Amino acid sequence: MQIFKKISEGLKKTSKNFGNGINDIFKKSKPSNEILQDLGDFMISSDIGLPLTEKIIQNIKNKKFSDEELNQKNFLEILTNEMLEILEPVEENIFNKSNGLKTILVCGVNGTGKTTTIGKLCKILKDNNSKVIVGAADTFRAAAIEQLDNWCQKNSIDIEKSDPGADPAAVAFKTLEKAKLNNYDYCIIDTAGRLHNKKNLMDEFSKIIRVMKKIDENAPEKTIIVLDATTGQNALNQIEEFNKISKLSGLIMTKLDGTAKGGVLLSITEKYKLPIYAIGVGEQVDDLQPFVAKDFVKAFLAKNN
Amino acid sequence: MFENLTDKIESAFSFFNKITRLDEKQADEGLRKIRQALLESDVALSVTKKFIEDVKPKIIGQEVLKSITPGQMIIKIVNDELINVLGSEKSDLNLENVPPVKILVVGLQGSGKTTSTAKLAHFLQKKLTKKVLMTSLDIYRPAAQQQLQVLGNDNDIKTLPIIEGQLPVEISKRALNAVSLSGEDVVIFDTAGRTQIDQQMMMELKQLENEIRPHEIILVADSLTGQDAVNIAQEFQKTVNLSSIILTRIDGDGKGGAALSMKAVTGCPIKFLATGEKIDQLETFHPDRIANRILGMGDVVSLVEKVAEDLEQEKIEKIEDDIKKGSFTFDTYLQQIRQMKKVGGMSGVLSMMPGVSKMKKQIDESNLDESLLNKQEAIILSMTQKERDNPKIIGGSRKKRIANGSGTDISMVNKLLKQHKMMTNVMKKMSKGGRGALQGLDGIPPDLLNNLK
Repeated sequence: MQIFKKISEGLKKTSKNFGNGINDIFKKSKPSNEILQDLGDFMISSDIGLPLTEKIIQNIKNKKFSDEELNQKNFLEILTNEMLEILEPVEENIFNKSNGLKTILVCGVNGTGKTTTIGKLCKILKDNNSKVIVGAADTFRAAAIEQLDNWCQKNSIDIEKSDPGADPAAVAFKTLEKAKLNNYDYCIIDTAGRLHNKKNLMDEFSKIIRVMKKIDENAPEKTIIVLDATTGQNALNQIEEFNKISKLSGLIMTKLDGTAKGGVLLSITEKYKLPIYAIGVGEQVDDLQPFVAKDFVKAFLAKNN
Repeated sequence: MFENLTDKIESAFSFFNKITRLDEKQADEGLRKIRQALLESDVALSVTKKFIEDVKPKIIGQEVLKSITPGQMIIKIVNDELINVLGSEKSDLNLENVPPVKILVVGLQGSGKTTSTAKLAHFLQKKLTKKVLMTSLDIYRPAAQQQLQVLGNDNDIKTLPIIEGQLPVEISKRALNAVSLSGEDVVIFDTAGRTQIDQQMMMELKQLENEIRPHEIILVADSLTGQDAVNIAQEFQKTVNLSSIILTRIDGDGKGGAALSMKAVTGCPIKFLATGEKIDQLETFHPDRIANRILGMGDVVSLVEKVAEDLEQEKIEKIEDDIKKGSFTFDTYLQQIRQMKKVGGMSGVLSMMPGVSKMKKQIDESNLDESLLNKQEAIILSMTQKERDNPKIIGGSRKKRIANGSGTDISMVNKLLKQHKMMTNVMKKMSKGGRGALQGLDGIPPDLLNNLK
């Protein structure tokens, strides 16, 4: 499949940057305090966050290693295992063909890449022979509707839209209604970016969900939050607050093609056990890839060759 | 008794009975917690380390105010230093150029460049009555140019008409031509979001810089950014000549550590904060607000400030007490010297005295030697505690030792001893005289003034 071919390429891009700094750390053979300090520094610099970094360091400290186990390669394995233990359970692929209508509501703060992610997601779903319709419920940001429309036109995806300033809940309602009537496999709703601490905007988000439930009480089947990899520890607040409005089903992390490592994913997983559906590693249409913990961790710790 | 003295003299003559100073151990302990707070606020690790290193010497030796814990005192010192690093000086946009002033707006995807461009244009038009043209050079993100156009139309800001298929450099040339004809004061170029390691896109930026020759290049950065903030800022600065930073999403609940990271590594002033989705939600930068967020200990800082204020009052009462008792020891004097140096030396202090007009001329004419304070401080520091409490015991051999220890000579030591005696007398006189005692004095006793030369 096209997207899987892209993974190695995309992650190669990422791993180049992920790997910076890890090289020197693992040259040493004993987990001396100095090494643990370096390791801690590496994790903090990757946005893993202080509490989890300390916890992982403590885990490693508490384990007993033979000399053999403490050689460079094995030590890398130790950290790999710590990370995999956290991330592997939350792998989940949503790119498959669906049986019956699935409704996906996409949310997140401003500028994380919701619209772009939806554009890519639709393309993948369509390539997997799903019938997809998108609702342009970001009626607030200037030209947001045009942006989504543009993606849809390029990839022949159906779109339901309204005028700028229209009620986003009404757009979501109309889209879902149309999806039901016309036997779509996927109904995906794009929403305006909103800061999670703005009550009025979160109320608006809550209304979108309420209205969708009028058509189908199970809708939205999935509420996906889109997170920006460059975001630091605030991502945890974002999850916390959006989760309060609508139980989040999972997340997608974008912009992993930069130098940001997205380590906050580990803290998020540790706390919320939220499935990770996909990662964004570039601007091209097939730069959205299913999340594979092993690949992610490998890239995270990869040496900079 | 001293009711009529000004505030400044109050602090100038202040001292503590028991002074505790922060030692290295306390500093280290406090800074461990500060380090944690900074990292949890997303200040980049390298910046955190450097900051801690720099602030440590400023903590050691600092006086701890009464009824404040060493930890609280450290927080206050750190807070002040944070404000200092974030940029206490106000920094305006560089608009003093032959029009059109050219501004290039750069940043990562989704940092808020287009919205910030429109806000900035609005600010320039409304607040500074400049005529502005906005131009989008983002030919990559679908509908990016339309986005700027819509924002322009909605807010009466002119935008360059969109011509499909033109490349960024061509568009920039067209914009410069357009303003040379229509005479806008400022032209703002919005660029496509780009990852700082995308060499091709960064090259494009360099090319645009060469072509446009902007007066300001503004990095728009998301205040929610994590550790990567340093890389982002550094790489953009390496590519183009960054001159300022706009921080967006300040209205979120992020701690804003990115502000410190970016300011620290680039040295570029943060000029604006974007505080909402509306066009007029752009504010000039307030370092104290950001410092408060990063540290998250605003309560402690205000507490220390409050205590410091209250303490002024206590200090005055303490001075009164001591002077009433006629105990004007060298320790007291040492504190005064240190305070005096803070408020502008001897003439500074003397000129703050009330009813001073009579003395002012006298002071000016007397050519006070300001370096004297340093010498006197050294002399006092060379005295033993016993000598400081009871100067009468200082005889010939003690004087010799003190002179050697302080790098002065015996005549200087004599002078100081004499001065101290005279000052004690003045103080006693004042304390007996009550209100208006100073005015009752016939100026500063000439002997005392001569001694200060």
